[in-house]
Amino acid sequence: MTSSSAVRPPRLSGRARSYAQLLRTLLPALSLTLILVAIAYLNPRAISYFGFNLMLNLAIPIALATLGQMFVITINELDLSIGTFVGFVGCVTATWVREAPLLGVTVLLSSIGVYAVLGALIHLRGLPSIVVTLGMSFVWQGLAILLLPQPGGKAPDWLLALMALKPPLVPFPIIATLVMALVVHIGLMRTSYGAVLRGAGGNPQAIGRAGWSLFTTKVAMFALAGTFGVLSGMALIGITTAADANIGNGYTLLSIAGVILGGGEFVGGRVSPIGAVIGALTLALAASPLLTFMHIPPDWQVAANGAILIVVLAARALINRREAAR
Amino acid sequence: MTQALRIFAKPWIWSFVGALVVWLAAISFTGGYGAGGMITAALPLAAFTVIVGVGQMFVITLGPGNVDLSLPANIGLASAVAMKVMGGDDAMVALGLLAALASGTAVGVANYLLIRVLRIPPIIATLSSSFIILSIDISYGRGLQIKPPPAFADFANFQVLGVPVLAIGTVIFAVLAGIALQRLIYGRSVLAIGQNMRAAWLAGIAVERTRFLTYALSGALGGIDGALLAAYFRGASVDIGNEYLLSSIAVVVIGGTSVAGGKANVPGIWGAALFLVLLLTMLNTFGVSAGLRLVLTGLIIVGVITAAGAPRAP
Repeated sequence: MTSSSAVRPPRLSGRARSYAQLLRTLLPALSLTLILVAIAYLNPRAISYFGFNLMLNLAIPIALATLGQMFVITINELDLSIGTFVGFVGCVTATWVREAPLLGVTVLLSSIGVYAVLGALIHLRGLPSIVVTLGMSFVWQGLAILLLPQPGGKAPDWLLALMALKPPLVPFPIIATLVMALVVHIGLMRTSYGAVLRGAGGNPQAIGRAGWSLFTTKVAMFALAGTFGVLSGMALIGITTAADANIGNGYTLLSIAGVILGGGEFVGGRVSPIGAVIGALTLALAASPLLTFMHIPPDWQVAANGAILIVVLAARALINRREAAR
Repeated sequence: MTQALRIFAKPWIWSFVGALVVWLAAISFTGGYGAGGMITAALPLAAFTVIVGVGQMFVITLGPGNVDLSLPANIGLASAVAMKVMGGDDAMVALGLLAALASGTAVGVANYLLIRVLRIPPIIATLSSSFIILSIDISYGRGLQIKPPPAFADFANFQVLGVPVLAIGTVIFAVLAGIALQRLIYGRSVLAIGQNMRAAWLAGIAVERTRFLTYALSGALGGIDGALLAAYFRGASVDIGNEYLLSSIAVVVIGGTSVAGGKANVPGIWGAALFLVLLLTMLNTFGVSAGLRLVLTGLIIVGVITAAGAPRAP
């Protein structure tokens, strides 16, 4: 997926473009607000400190995995292994990190190294990232099963304590997701090397001719994806307290959906860290709390994710088209 | 002699060589025991992969970003639809197959509409539709315990002189697909679009019609595959198609089709499918555990792709 984009937003005149951009930027926030309003209408008691703590329970790991996926999508690649990777990290966290911290940390750091090597391999051999990461998804899943054939293990106490934090006034998941969104936003959108990293997805030739190493950018982005995958797996185990080899499987699709929902484009380095976190929150809220309040059976949870994705993308296409028509 | 050597310059030959190597490794471990049985068992499983692999090949050949991620969900739904329509009755087999075909085609058409109307990348379109199909299947196929009609199940497991009839049919299908790719206007259009969509459009090729047909075809093949899988494994299930997400893409790439689009290869799909199935057979005969089998499968796929993938021009 390295060559030119098939779908390009239409060119617009200055004012129309800024208006379209504003709408596009607001779209993720709007969809989140819509979901929140729906929840507030269906069950006013859910909009409380306790309610948010409960509803956004799993938002932290989902948001971390989504940010990991976003780094890979920035450079026009796709990571189809992040879900099983999160599961693998979870199994390591619930076993080795607790029982033999030094070994556990070494394994987790090396797994980030594996991600960096994958980035190098994909760049040097011009491999399709979809196939490489699909293959790796088997590797991570296999390793997780070898480590924990049956669900079990136990999260380290410090991790349990961290994830159970109850700060005054604002629930912990909201603070945590806000902090990670801001950190990644500043790093990727506000620093000069962040611009180079995004440029490596937007116009690789230009970045290469300007003297930057495309190899380094690809390795860096994959290593970042691995890092956020590790954080996501650890956060997940801090919440669930025990691990299971299949615990993260749903995260691959959720993370891609979150990035796209948050305004990310598939090609061209156009991503938004804040949008991605909002996208993850939207999916986390829409998937179960909203459906539960609407008395929709859990069978349709996955469909809700797909439907939200389609509706938001339809809205986006509509905005693009109307602005183009002006 | 030179003719014999030239065949090794073809990219697809290596997938057959790979299949042969893992088969030899497996039978050398068993001391020659079950050599033929292994192939007989591998053929229908490879055939299932070839059917969806061919659909995926046409989609991938359309160019970068084109891929059908909805195949697993599509297969699962079609298997349930087929079993429900057939209802275990031999007289309803044709109708059930038609229903599975219709279900698969509908998925393909829906995918294309999402891509066309919403102008979203095919990966996201097929991903979102797969979410919805999966839910429909979970809800529709809940507690579905219908066995396939006996005649249909027998057909799926029928062998002629030790060769499964499914494999024979799929070889004929692959030959037809090869002709369609290289000789028909449709196939040439797919290749042209994959090489340069704009140039193909300027040359007067019906780009959108070709893309529509390709996604519909991939969906339809997924539907047929679902019905056949349900017959072969004697029952439908939601996750019956799960493994075809990886394998449908992997056989296309290992078989020598370019992920950059515009260059496709049908025979390689058969070789790659046999390679993947025999690889699992080999690991099973070695008696490795489930976890290790997954790790090795993943590593070998990544290794093969790395070895096969020549550095692409930027």
